Amino acid sequence: MAGLFLILGATFMLVAAIGLLRLPDLLLRMSATAKAATLGAALMVLGASLHFGTMALLARAAVIILFLFMTAPVAAHMIGRAGYRRGAPLWDGTLTDEAQDHLRERPPDDTIPLS
Amino acid sequence: MSMGAVGLVALGLCGLTVLLSCVRLVRGPSFADRMVALDLLSAVAVGVTAAWAVLSNQAVYLDVALLVALVAFLAGVAMARYLEGGEEK
Repeated sequence: MAGLFLILGATFMLVAAIGLLRLPDLLLRMSATAKAATLGAALMVLGASLHFGTMALLARAAVIILFLFMTAPVAAHMIGRAGYRRGAPLWDGTLTDEAQDHLRERPPDDTIPLS
Repeated sequence: MSMGAVGLVALGLCGLTVLLSCVRLVRGPSFADRMVALDLLSAVAVGVTAAWAVLSNQAVYLDVALLVALVAFLAGVAMARYLEGGEEK
């Protein structure tokens, strides 16, 4: 069981790397790594704690996984917003770009109205 | 399959992941692409630490994995702030 989780997690991270290499633009690449790599790391930590099998380590693994799942979306969102704001090109097949008027053109200081 | 062999296979898959994301790290057209590759590398570091905990049979490495995840998150946020630029509000 522990070994299954370890190999499954490593496979998910490999899939994330393939997505990172082959997807066409920044935001798509980021969506591949943010989800698959986080799931892969979480599965590997869970597998390692199952290998030892004590309650204390399972609780520790739960804390690590909770932390990963809380921080990964935040980090991915910040990187994506920064890249988008700095004008990262979008894929040709992109259908809508609703943030264009709000995030793209203005300088960073104007995005939060003061009054 | 013994646990050692499983750990080695997991480490091998992680190594392949590192190679592929290094290609993106070198090629990536923009700085943000390189940052995404670094983010993936930090996730791989957490996984490698977990696999190493199994291989060496030392549970302490799970604490190391937690610390690596923490530092990686802080580094990602700091680099995103740097990339976004802009002055202090």
